Amino acid sequence: MKDATQGRVFGRTQLEDLVIVPLFALVAALFLGALVMAATGVAPGTIAQSYAALLKGSVGSIDAVSETLTAALPLVLAGLGLALGFRAGLFNIGAEGQIVMGGLAAVVAGVALADFPAFIALPGALLAGAVTGAFYAGIAGWLRAATGAHEVISTIMLNLISFRLLDYLLRTPLIQKEGRADPISKSVPDVAELPKLLTFLDANLRLHAGLFLTLVMVAAAYWLLFRSKLGFEFRASGENAIAARFAGMNAGLTIVMAMAVAGALAGLAGANQTLGVLGRATPGFSAEIGFDAIAVALLGRSHPVGVLFAGILFGALEAGGRQMQVDAGVSIDLIGIIQSLIIVFIAAPLLVKAIFPWGFRKAGTGKGRS
Amino acid sequence: MQVELRNITKRFGPVVANKDVNLTIEPGEVLGLLGENGAGKSTLMNVLCGLYEPTEGEILIDGRPVAFKGPGDAIRAGIGMVHQHFMLVPVFTVAENVILGIEPVGRFDHLDLKAARAEVKKLSTEYGLTVDPDATIETLPVGVQQRVEIIKVLFREADVLILDEPTAVLTPQEVDEFIQIVRSLCDAGKAIVFITHKLNEILEISDRIAVIRRGEIVGSGDPKKLTRPELAEMMVGHPVDFDVARAPFAPKEVILDIQGLTLVRDDGAVAVDDLSLQVHSGEVVGIAGVQGNGQSALIEALAGLRRPVAGKVTFDGTDITDASARERHRMGIAHIPEDRQRAGLIGNFTVAENMVLDSYYGPPFAKGAGINWGRVEEEAAAVAEQYDVRTPSVHAAAAHLSGGNQQKLVVARELSRDTRLVIAGQPTRGLDVGSIAFIHERLMAARDEGDGVLIVSSELDEIMALSDRILVMFKGRIVAEYAPHEAPVDKGTIGLAMAGAAT
Ligand SMILES: Nc1ncnc2c1ncn2[C@@H]1O[C@H](COP(=O)(O)OP(=O)(O)OP(=O)(O)O)[C@@H](O)[C@H]1O
Ligand SMILES: [Mg+2]
Repeated sequence: MKDATQGRVFGRTQLEDLVIVPLFALVAALFLGALVMAATGVAPGTIAQSYAALLKGSVGSIDAVSETLTAALPLVLAGLGLALGFRAGLFNIGAEGQIVMGGLAAVVAGVALADFPAFIALPGALLAGAVTGAFYAGIAGWLRAATGAHEVISTIMLNLISFRLLDYLLRTPLIQKEGRADPISKSVPDVAELPKLLTFLDANLRLHAGLFLTLVMVAAAYWLLFRSKLGFEFRASGENAIAARFAGMNAGLTIVMAMAVAGALAGLAGANQTLGVLGRATPGFSAEIGFDAIAVALLGRSHPVGVLFAGILFGALEAGGRQMQVDAGVSIDLIGIIQSLIIVFIAAPLLVKAIFPWGFRKAGTGKGRS
Repeated sequence: MQVELRNITKRFGPVVANKDVNLTIEPGEVLGLLGENGAGKSTLMNVLCGLYEPTEGEILIDGRPVAFKGPGDAIRAGIGMVHQHFMLVPVFTVAENVILGIEPVGRFDHLDLKAARAEVKKLSTEYGLTVDPDATIETLPVGVQQRVEIIKVLFREADVLILDEPTAVLTPQEVDEFIQIVRSLCDAGKAIVFITHKLNEILEISDRIAVIRRGEIVGSGDPKKLTRPELAEMMVGHPVDFDVARAPFAPKEVILDIQGLTLVRDDGAVAVDDLSLQVHSGEVVGIAGVQGNGQSALIEALAGLRRPVAGKVTFDGTDITDASARERHRMGIAHIPEDRQRAGLIGNFTVAENMVLDSYYGPPFAKGAGINWGRVEEEAAAVAEQYDVRTPSVHAAAAHLSGGNQQKLVVARELSRDTRLVIAGQPTRGLDVGSIAFIHERLMAARDEGDGVLIVSSELDEIMALSDRILVMFKGRIVAEYAPHEAPVDKGTIGLAMAGAAT
């Protein structure tokens, strides 16, 4: 496969990078996870049982697949945004806050559009989520471009602000559900809901139309990054900011745009949750998706297709993890440990190559240049 | 210590960088390694210094085969390399940089800097490598940084020193000092492999010359018996014409007018001081000067990358003092940045992507919000072909091109457009003689088509070969002006002006 826009022919190196390393990382992490279980006194039979449950809970049935994908969608959406940011050299920690703001805005817009038909209400609510996320992230971008404030710090602060803002707004009359004293929003009207896809099989299946939205966004992010002018600017600034400036690219504008696009995707992830899964906004509804999405973006090597697969993997671990807990009684924390181990291994490809030397071509083509 | 490369072949995927190379390096000799851009010189030396593993062949030291797993092994065996792009930590002192990686420790893991400083001092006096062990790297001129790189290798007790294009970044005076240093190293019995594109240098200091073409050794010779044209022909395989053909000087209207330009550096020091100059359409103006006298700041300001604190810049009658880099690009101002790796290229981008780095946004490459990559690749392939940028394909990463081909890529990008004013910083740095001749031809062609051309170069020969008017810059001002078409000027006079004698 020749992928010119990505800069290189899809060859052995790319295969190693994008497929073999993650695969071995998964294997190594599962193995270490088993060791951790054994070390904490879990019987070998239980370890086997828990991995069987992991498999069953993630891909073992229609219900499992539906749960895997439902968990994966917001991770992929937010992960795409983060990946775009990484490509532009921005380390955006703020997806969580952008999810909060986008998800809440989608609910508010959905409620406001309750009297319209679905083909207006749903897109309207999604758009509100995206735009709000974009603005929220844009603040950090603007601060960076205009004042040099580092985005890591400003996005962390914006996260904290968004949590408190959510708690506060959920108690304001405009948003709070009528007759409730606790912080909970009005329910999303049917017209603004992302329709469930598999209810014809089983009314409990949660997979919803956010699936299509996500797939479209994967394609859109790919196009943006590798086919568009804006994406070219993102990548150039991320790779060599000085050369980008010398080539006449506007550094400040690129930063603001990259943050805004990232925020729009995170906002969509939030809208995806409130309109597709939860049906309302509650305190903490973002559920750390924005932080897991950082791992998803890194695991996917900041490539839209990689993010898609990484998101599905994380969704599978989440869905399977719940099953593990039910069937084998092992702690959900273990799943967290395995997820973290996978990331550690992915982040250290040399380690993976050292453990599985036969999976890789011989090294020795260094990168030094004259 | 005698080093022998036997039947060395090095492949990068389908690219054969070195093919069946046999080469011997004797103690106490200077071996000059010569070859076109992309011939495989750096690769061969990277194999010798342990950075690359050879695909085939072996390295023998005093007749015994050795295998290097990395540069550490090579340096332990006594082979050290100074790369063209220095690998120093800018905020560390000289002594700290020298011991980096092999820190001598005293008791309780105490870093023994004192011993290191003493050793640096000893080495500098021994070989005439004058440098202050306590100076911070970033405050030192390039020539001195290079000495630090050499001391680093000597500190590791290397007997074979590989120097990859050491003189490309040096001023003429620094080159003279450098040649002295090489001589004293040889006298101490060290062997030197010296890579350069400057034929007079290689003739001056080497004891033996090996020529490499398309990965293979195609000849070797005695510098006492060879001449520049002979060497050039050996390198490229056909005779090279050193003279630049030029139409008679026929300047037209003023195209670039700089009035009272004052620029300050990031640290607040004045870089360019109330400078005025004009470039006419159809004229090549060359700015000579020792590096660090404000030339870089001037170029950056003209390219729209540095705001002046005072003064006015007019291009073709339009005030462009506050115009952005993009706007100037649109008006037909081409800019070849001095530092290709830092500012001219994106190493991880493909040749095609780099070829449109500053023109992707408009026709014919842009298509709405998208980029027509098919068109870009076609165009890039054509331009690469025309400028002889040697690359396996337009999909290759720019970082994988040889140093000279990276430079050609930048020059090709800037000159292949429709231009009206060309601002060129060190346009031929690191290029082989054939490529230099070609780039000079292109610059002359631009002039003959009525472009204004402003060249800044530390190569006095280049300035003299190309310029219709030569300006000497010293401490941010123009201190001398010569018009070679009126009265011949000689190098000595300009050299004196460069050293500030005219003020
Ligand atoms: N890491 C790499 N990956 C792929 N190709 C490479 C790599 N390094 C070098 N090459 C190729 O090997 C060939 C020789 O390159 P090398 O850098 O050795 O040339 P050189 O003789 O040093 O040229 P120059 O004078 O321009 O520096 C070139 O065609 C180059 O594209
Ligand atoms: Mg080289």
